[in-house]
Amino acid sequence: MRALYFAWVRERIGLAEEEIAPPGEVATVRQLIDWLSARGDGYAAAFANPATIRAAVDKSHAAPDAPIGAAREIAFFPPMTGG
Amino acid sequence: MAPRPAPSVRVQAEDFDPGREQALLTQGRRDIGALVSFVGLCRDEDGALESLELEHYPGMAEAEIARVADQALERWPLQGLTIIHRFGRILAGERIVLVIAAARRRADAFAAAEFLMDYLKTRAPFWKKERRADGAAGDWVEAKSDDDNAAERWR
Repeated sequence: MRALYFAWVRERIGLAEEEIAPPGEVATVRQLIDWLSARGDGYAAAFANPATIRAAVDKSHAAPDAPIGAAREIAFFPPMTGG
Repeated sequence: MAPRPAPSVRVQAEDFDPGREQALLTQGRRDIGALVSFVGLCRDEDGALESLELEHYPGMAEAEIARVADQALERWPLQGLTIIHRFGRILAGERIVLVIAAARRRADAFAAAEFLMDYLKTRAPFWKKERRADGAAGDWVEAKSDDDNAAERWR
């Protein structure tokens, strides 16, 4: 699946997007955050405070316990500040 | 009741002309009684801010604004709806966002415009980074709990 990062999540990870292949037991948004956090210091810094992370699965807002099984695209970003 | 109007949703780098958008929404219409137009501007924070860099999630920004627009059309009998949100570099004093709601009665147009702005702020995937007037590195604007509270009261 494709992972996308925005704003300071993107800056801390150092990538705007990448292809990821998490193992089968990574089934939810929260589990994917934990799995990504272990990939390096940038990821750990980006996801250090999960309460400040929002996620979208296939361009729709997704809660931490949302399943990611069939997702083609998953995005992580801080709380939004548009408007 | 009249069929639901299709909202006009645009996410763009270019500026927009609120007067022209109002004219487009009311063109040839004699049934509209109220038009509420909201324009969000980039304020200079008492001279400290030179501009904002607005990052967005292409595709989701349009989809999420359309979802919020559909909710407004479900809740209020609107006759027209235009929402434009800019991205990219926006200088202090420039326009960022436009919401125009048209209805037979002003109460519906006012309520829908306010609902749309409250929801856009907390749900549309845009992020503002400040560029300071003194050249120092700016920060990402932090989401305000006031904005969450403002969105929450519509539940």
